[in-house]
This record gives sequence, structure tokens and C-alpha cells, in this order.
Amino acid sequence: MAHSGPMTDWRKAKLPVIAFLAPATIIYTVFMIYPLLDSIRLSFYATPSGGEAAFVGLDNYRTILADPDWSETFWNSFWNNMKFFAVHMLIQNPIGIALAGILSLPRLRFRNTYRTMMIMPTMLSVVIVGFIWQLILSPVWGVGADLLDIIGLKSLFGPWLGKEGSALITLSFISVWQWVGIPLMLIYAALLAIPDDLVDAAIVDGASHFEVFLHIKLPLVLPTVAMVSILTFVGNFNAFDLIYAVKGALAGPNFSTDIMGTLFYRTFFGYQLQLGNPHLGATVASLMFLIILAGVLFYLFAIQRRLARYQL
Amino acid sequence: MSFSNIRREDASRAVIVHAILLTYTLVALYPIFLVVINAFKTRKGIFRDPMGLPNAETFSLDGFTKVLAKSNFELFFYNSFTVTIVTIVIVLLFAAMAAWALSEYKFPGGTALGLYLAIGIMVPIRLGSVSILNLVVDLGLVNTLTALVLVYVAQGLPLAIFILTEFMHQIPKDLKEAARCDGVGEFKIFFAIILPLIRPAVATVAVFTMIPIWNDLWFPLILAPGDGKQTITLGVQQFIGQYVTDWNAVLASLSLAIIPILILYLIFSRQLIRGLTSGAVK
Repeated sequence: MAHSGPMTDWRKAKLPVIAFLAPATIIYTVFMIYPLLDSIRLSFYATPSGGEAAFVGLDNYRTILADPDWSETFWNSFWNNMKFFAVHMLIQNPIGIALAGILSLPRLRFRNTYRTMMIMPTMLSVVIVGFIWQLILSPVWGVGADLLDIIGLKSLFGPWLGKEGSALITLSFISVWQWVGIPLMLIYAALLAIPDDLVDAAIVDGASHFEVFLHIKLPLVLPTVAMVSILTFVGNFNAFDLIYAVKGALAGPNFSTDIMGTLFYRTFFGYQLQLGNPHLGATVASLMFLIILAGVLFYLFAIQRRLARYQL
Repeated sequence: MSFSNIRREDASRAVIVHAILLTYTLVALYPIFLVVINAFKTRKGIFRDPMGLPNAETFSLDGFTKVLAKSNFELFFYNSFTVTIVTIVIVLLFAAMAAWALSEYKFPGGTALGLYLAIGIMVPIRLGSVSILNLVVDLGLVNTLTALVLVYVAQGLPLAIFILTEFMHQIPKDLKEAARCDGVGEFKIFFAIILPLIRPAVATVAVFTMIPIWNDLWFPLILAPGDGKQTITLGVQQFIGQYVTDWNAVLASLSLAIIPILILYLIFSRQLIRGLTSGAVK
């Protein structure tokens, strides 16, 4: 968007400008930027039992990434997190895009009602969503099996959340169910911004609505698709609540649903017999920060810049 | 192709489109619906006929009575409400002030400050939790709502400033110029002219700030897990952990957490979408 830059010279209003900026800048710096930087600093320190915290260089990183006790857990949670992200990219975002495409068809009735209803799960707490699905998928209640029976697939039903092989995928699908609303909302908004004459011209030329969507609308909203992808990435590598609510801090069975967020929590606060360790916790957080930063930089420099060139 | 053919094709296409949309709406809503209807049933009703609506025989409010007796839901609601409202008011005011300064005045480092304040849109504040906990301990704010408000304000500010800055660029120049010519002070221009003008963007910012705060588990768990300072999300999590086998109570506690947010959503959904589609978020 082309803005005319700021207009008024601040020298005529120094005091007001400082007073306007100070509250937000101070709270944001003290409770967000300082803690982020301080966490990175803490990751270079360790506290020997009973002693003062001392600088240990990269020791904590060596422990997490190379110590046999830690590295297996770390890489397990990293790859689980990648799978979690992959399911969102392959299922959540395509469904969101498709639904947004359908909702933006011309002369669609009940458009607003559909949209409001479909976004509803996104508004709920992740914890609540986790419990809702835990109940529905519980073999004790059996309503999940009954529902599958309606479409004749009852034989497929199993204790999905309890089995090592299927728990992570099931949780990913629960998360997808909740968060489809985000790509749906953002891409729908982007589709509405496309000028009508572009679409009308193609329709007059005999293109079907599906062709128009695929060849005209979708390429135009690719920057939004890229933004949704990076939001998904950041959200997924920062996820915690769902796994914690459904599986607890141990992310069972046998750590099969452990992701970076639950690993961070356990390292920081401890669990069962293992004591919490703020310094190792800060190290896990710093590694998460690096992963997220890598994703964001990739988006900013490799994807957004390339896409921007084709924007209207 | 004759005219009637086209219309028949249109009609059949509409049927397919609505079938897809209805199916997905059902997928999105049925799980929520199922939990809420079963919260109003007897234990027998929940297990014998999970998909049926509560009837004379199965209707019961046992779950709700139990939840309200054994847990402190009113208090948790009060806590969530206080934290959310106080945070929204502070975020809106401070973000509007900062957005105004960034969009209106030319000063050295202005662009850099804008970028600095935008970092928080992409970097999750959770990653600073170890240090945030130290800070909250040092300030003596463990198990207080103040700790949550401070963290949530810091979390909410970046996106709010970004959205409001975009919005303020659209305010016509003449308005401010006229006020300045009349000798109105800079503070008065902001509080008397600009603040009332940004009302349309306020709803969008409020919803985007409110939802993650109301739903958050992480910071209540870390900063205020006890002492009657639990928020509703943490309260439900702790309650269900304790009464996991009591289906009536679990379903009722979930419904109590779901219903208010759905009502709020239905009230605000129009504003939310309007804010999105008006180009406030890109």
C-alpha cells in the first residue's frame, strides 16, 4: 500500500510524541523483548547443585543436541513437530483455500452464515477442543464409532489417541479441525479484494468458475497463501496446549506426541522424578526461536519477495 | 445451449456447492453440539443415546450442579473476564497512541521503531517464558492477575499497533490540519479527534487481542496456577484432570467454557470479518 509518510515534524511536538510512544514501547520491551533476549543469555549459563549460575558457553546446547539422554528426546520432538506441521500444510490449508474459494462464488446464498459457523471452532480454547475430541474419540463413550457407522466405516474405529502409531496424527487432525478457520478467513478476505471486472471478463469468455479460481484468483492470492503458511509454521512450532490437555506433559504414549512446546515445558518445569532446569529450558526455547526465525527469514527473503513481483 | 439448460446447470451446481458447505459446517459444529447437548443429560442418557437430544427422561442438570459445587467456576470466569477486559483497554489505548505517533510525526528512528514493535507479531512471547517467570518472581507478582495482564499487553501490542497504524494512514489530512490551525494542542487532537475516529478498527483489534488471551493455557499455568487466580481455561483443565471419570461434570464444565465465547463470537463475528475484509490486515 502506498502511504504518504508521516507528515508532521516532531520537533514541534517533542513531548507529545514521547508520551504517545513511551507506554507501549516500555511494556513491550520489558515483558517481551527483554525476556526473549534474556532467555538466550540464560541458555549460556548453568547452575551447579547449590552453586551460583556460571557461564558455560555452548555446554547446554551440546547437552540437548548431543547427550544421548537428551538428544533422542529433542530430535524426536523436532520430527514430531515437523509431522504436525506437514499435516497442517497438506490438509488444513488446502481445505481452508477450497472453502474460501467456494464461499467467494458470486451470488452464493447464506454466505455469511456458513462462514460464521465454519470459523466457530477456531474461536474455542485449544484446551476445550482437545477435551471435546478426547470424549468423542473415547472408546468408553463410543460416539465416535456410532458416527463412523453412519457412513459405514465403523470397522475403522480404534483407540486412535491411545496408540503410539496413530496418536500424533489424530492430534494433528484435531488441530486442523480447529484452525481451518485461519486460512479460511484470511484467504476469503484476500479473494474478496480481487476486482470483479477481472473475473467477469474471464466468465464472459466462457471460463468456468473453477477455472477462474484456479487460473486467476488463486495466483492473485498466493502472497496470502504464503503468509498463512508462515503463520501455520510459527503456530505449530509454538504449539503446546493441545498436547498438554489431551496427553499431559509426558506427551504419551511413549513420547509419540511430544513436540517442541511440551519438551520445553518438561525441561523447564520438570516432571515426575526429573527436576526442572531453567537453563536447559531456556536452551530449548532458544532452539525453538532459531527454528521459527529460520522459517520467518525463509518466508521474508525467499518467498515473499518473489511473490511480491507478481502482485497487482 | 438453450436458456433452460443453463439454468438447470446453475441449479445443479448450486446443489453441489451447498452440499459441500453444509457438510463442512456439520463437521465444524457437530462435535461442539454433541458436547453441549450431552451436558444436559443424565449419565444413563449420555451413554445410552449420545446423539439424541435431552428429553423428559434423560434431562438433568447434575453435571452443572456438580461443577458449580466442586469447583470455583464463578471465580475463574471473573478472573478471565478481568484479565481480558483490562488487557484490551490497555492494549487499545497504548497501541492507538503509539500508532498515532508512528503514522503522524516524522522523527529520527521512526521507521526502525515501527519495525522493532512489529517483531512481536512473528516471534511468540512464550519463548521468553523462563525469563518472564524470573521477572514476575522478582516483582512479587506470582499468582496475580497483574502478571497475566502485563504479559498479555506485551503480547497484544505488536499486532494492535500494526493494524491501527494502517488504519490511521487513512484518516483524512484536512481534519488534523484544521484542528492545528485552530491552535488545538497535540494531546487534544489525539484524544478528542483521532481516538473517536478509529472506532471501526477497535472491534477488529479487540477480537484479535481477546481470543488468544481468553483461550491461553500457557501463561496461567506458569504465572498464576493457584491461589484462586486461575483463568477459566486453566480452571477447566485442572477440573477435568481431577474429575476425568465423571462424565456429567466433564461435559458440563466444557459447556460452561464454550457457551460464553460462542455468544461473544456471534455478537462480534460481523465486525471481525468486516475488519479483515476492509484491508486492515494484509
